[in-house]
Amino acid sequence: MYSPHTPQEREKMLRVIGVERVEDLFADVPAGQRFPALELPPAATEMEAAEELGHIAEANESVRDLVCFLGAGAYHHYIPAVVDSILRRGEFYTAYTPYQPEVSQGTLQAIYEYQSLMCALTGMEVSNASHYDGATAAAEAVNMAYAQFRGKRTKMVLSPALHPHYRQTVHTYTRGTGLLVTGDDGRPEEGPEALIPLIVENTALVMVQYPDFFGRIYDYTALAEAAHEAGALFAVSVNPLALGMLTPPGEFGADIVTGEGQPLGIPLAFGGPYLGIFTTRKKYVRKMAGRLVGETVDGQGRRGYVLTLTAREQHIRRERATSNICTNQGLMALAATVYLSALGAQGLRQVAELNYHKAHYAAERIASLEGFSLWQPETPFFNEFAVKCPRPVAEVNEHLLEHGVLGGYDLGQDYPTLEGYMLIAVTEMNSREDIDLLVNILAESTQEGSHARTFSL
Amino acid sequence: MLEPLVCELSQPDRQGVGYPPSDVPLSELPAGLTRDALPLPELSEVDVVRHFTRLSQLNYSVDTGFYPLGSCTMKYNPKINEEVARLPGFTAIHPLQPIETVQGSLALMYHLQEALKEIGGFAGMTLQPAAGAHGEMTGVLIMRAYQKDRGETQRNKILIPDSAHGTNPASSAMAGLKVVQLPSDERGNVDLDALRAECDDTLVGLMLTNPNTLGLFEEHVLEIAEIVHAAGGLLYGDGANLNALLGIARPGDLGIDVMHFNLHKTFSTPHGGGGPGSGPVGVAEHLVDFLPAPVVDIVEPAEEDIPPLYGFVTPKKSIGRVKAFHGHFSMMVRAYTYILMHGAEGLRRVAEDAVLNANYLMARLKDTYPVPYGRICKHEFVAEGKVEGAPGVRALDIAKRLLDYGFHPPTNYFPLIVHEALMIEPTETESLQTLDAFAEALLQIAEEAREDPDLLHEAPRTTPVGRLDEVKAARELVLKCEVPA
Repeated sequence: MYSPHTPQEREKMLRVIGVERVEDLFADVPAGQRFPALELPPAATEMEAAEELGHIAEANESVRDLVCFLGAGAYHHYIPAVVDSILRRGEFYTAYTPYQPEVSQGTLQAIYEYQSLMCALTGMEVSNASHYDGATAAAEAVNMAYAQFRGKRTKMVLSPALHPHYRQTVHTYTRGTGLLVTGDDGRPEEGPEALIPLIVENTALVMVQYPDFFGRIYDYTALAEAAHEAGALFAVSVNPLALGMLTPPGEFGADIVTGEGQPLGIPLAFGGPYLGIFTTRKKYVRKMAGRLVGETVDGQGRRGYVLTLTAREQHIRRERATSNICTNQGLMALAATVYLSALGAQGLRQVAELNYHKAHYAAERIASLEGFSLWQPETPFFNEFAVKCPRPVAEVNEHLLEHGVLGGYDLGQDYPTLEGYMLIAVTEMNSREDIDLLVNILAESTQEGSHARTFSL
Repeated sequence: MLEPLVCELSQPDRQGVGYPPSDVPLSELPAGLTRDALPLPELSEVDVVRHFTRLSQLNYSVDTGFYPLGSCTMKYNPKINEEVARLPGFTAIHPLQPIETVQGSLALMYHLQEALKEIGGFAGMTLQPAAGAHGEMTGVLIMRAYQKDRGETQRNKILIPDSAHGTNPASSAMAGLKVVQLPSDERGNVDLDALRAECDDTLVGLMLTNPNTLGLFEEHVLEIAEIVHAAGGLLYGDGANLNALLGIARPGDLGIDVMHFNLHKTFSTPHGGGGPGSGPVGVAEHLVDFLPAPVVDIVEPAEEDIPPLYGFVTPKKSIGRVKAFHGHFSMMVRAYTYILMHGAEGLRRVAEDAVLNANYLMARLKDTYPVPYGRICKHEFVAEGKVEGAPGVRALDIAKRLLDYGFHPPTNYFPLIVHEALMIEPTETESLQTLDAFAEALLQIAEEAREDPDLLHEAPRTTPVGRLDEVKAARELVLKCEVPA
């Protein structure tokens, strides 16, 4: 309860308004529907609420209790203390969208810096102030490509190795609009070259993931060239942490780079809020959705920052806007900016390489186990890889959980040909002991008498 | 320069946060796939802390002052919300964990769904949409799917009053629908004759903001619902202004079929300088099957001593997924805490005080700043930003002068149907003393407008920067800095 009014103050205010009772302020609400009796639990004090929320949180088993090898689009990384320390500043988190630039330079400059760092990381020329997450950023890339060709090109080629949730979101966004999404039901076993025959003259966009949903790293140069030859745009959805070591998409022909910014200092938090990255070439800036901050000066020539190119946005153009989006993920963009500033070039490279080395150690050890094999051992990967299991993935995971290990993602849920394959993620949070534990339990899970059912009894 | 850019603070080879050396054997990096240059800034941790702390001090915020930004519901963001949302049991859980290991989160989401259904008068709820506009788009996609499912594929028109938020037409356009704008009548209500004229068999539905952006309760809401439903259409409710109706009326009871909630407005989750928000969508019984997947439900009922098992289900005719994973969970924790601490009576008191505060400010200001639709308002009201005897003064000048008085200005130039609009929403968490100080400032500014208008034209003078050259920003498009090579 955060209302400061005393009964006397309420009386005084009612007199100034010229009504007798507070109820009189609601005379225009239909009488039959006015003042419903809401059935909600009785109000709790802060002390009671804190206790109850504590109990609810304890009913979860967190990745602090479990050893986590689950990724598939959300990753358990170390978040330096400095990140949340800045995020907790009321001046940042209790401010609104910076509509009054004179009193919002903190937010505006932070977004400008975010844009700068995203461009540096992805190798692109402009970045917006962010979207909701990696999935909606991918959907906005599709919208942008459609708008770029004024609706004349209607075919969108999506890689089957683009995150299943992203593809599903694109389908939801485009259903009923006349856009045709192809390629995403293709065989994930095939590399990016399998998408080339799908590119035709009315293809607006070709979109891949980097590293892809299975952790694989490809050189997309040939695919980008094929897209450009057909006059289409080429988009790449990235894991920004991997760009601490990998060639940025701007160097192999990307026109749009989207991505999930969660690995950059944002907690797992059961799926959100995360951060949708969106960068592109300067020539497409007017077709890009979302907020954008630009540098300028005030009347005295002092440097300052403002929201710019707002004429693209819904509050001015209404149904002709580039998008309906009217927020960004302001605080999450700030988290990524603080994270990258604190790690710097060396820190990000270090953490990216740690992920790479640990994942490769884990992959090598698991591949040596009887009954387990790597899906595509010759293909380079970052911090995630698919493994063929000797038993159904759900059973293996159940067995792992009995031992306090959160196993990988069951790929059979999304890919029928990958029934029995588990997607394992390894990050800097996994020590060598953690990895050895995983390997030992996996080894044990193939042995006689170790069937998960017997453990759960 | 107020504060150097992070790129300018960079010093080669400096590093704030380090990592331990690898405890596993090193593998060869993938040949031809690695980058050389990584042009990120290099700072020490203390550089980082001072830089971002100083930036924060250039901001105006709810924690530092009154923020009567119309349509944004800038109420106080309780500190307990921030504490509970950061419990490790909430932050350190992966969205794809087995449901048995996340029963706390799922129970919280389930009970939040139930509470929002009760507050809004709805039969079904999705927590997936990431923000208000995202919820709108979700709602419109549900409406379209419903009409299509009934075989009414010719329906492609959506009606939007001229007093609606700009996101309404943009969201509808994203769903591929034709937008037709409806005028308002002289009391600020939807013009019923215009509505009737548009109600044909191409109607998908009407998007109604109630209270509307003038802060006025739509007096014909029941009649509007009747007309729209009789034509086979659906009534969408823009829940951005729900703060005025908590415990006062349930939108579902008023005939609204589908509505988005703004957890970041009504339910006190912070605005974060532009996000993250959270935009759950509630629907009436006939739309439940179309909700985005997945929805949280009880998958195994409770037995004697065993609590129910919560899990995810996919509605039968779901429009699909609107984002990855399950929505902005951390925002749900905050909103759930807020509802828990208010209960039914507390929520009604929120709406009453929000409306009381808005009407009090309107009463104090309306003789100086004309209020075109002067009836009792709800949580906000719209005044004209012009002063008698000061012809050269605009709403923008008044807004900027308020900054010199230490107040955040109201929303200006919206809604478009009021000339030189100043849209004022005080919210319930402001005291009488704050409201009086704000009213006094606006009355004083009106005096200044007549006596020394340059004070307004040259405002603000006390802020970190003065009025910024927006034309230059748009023309030159300097959109990033670079770390010196």
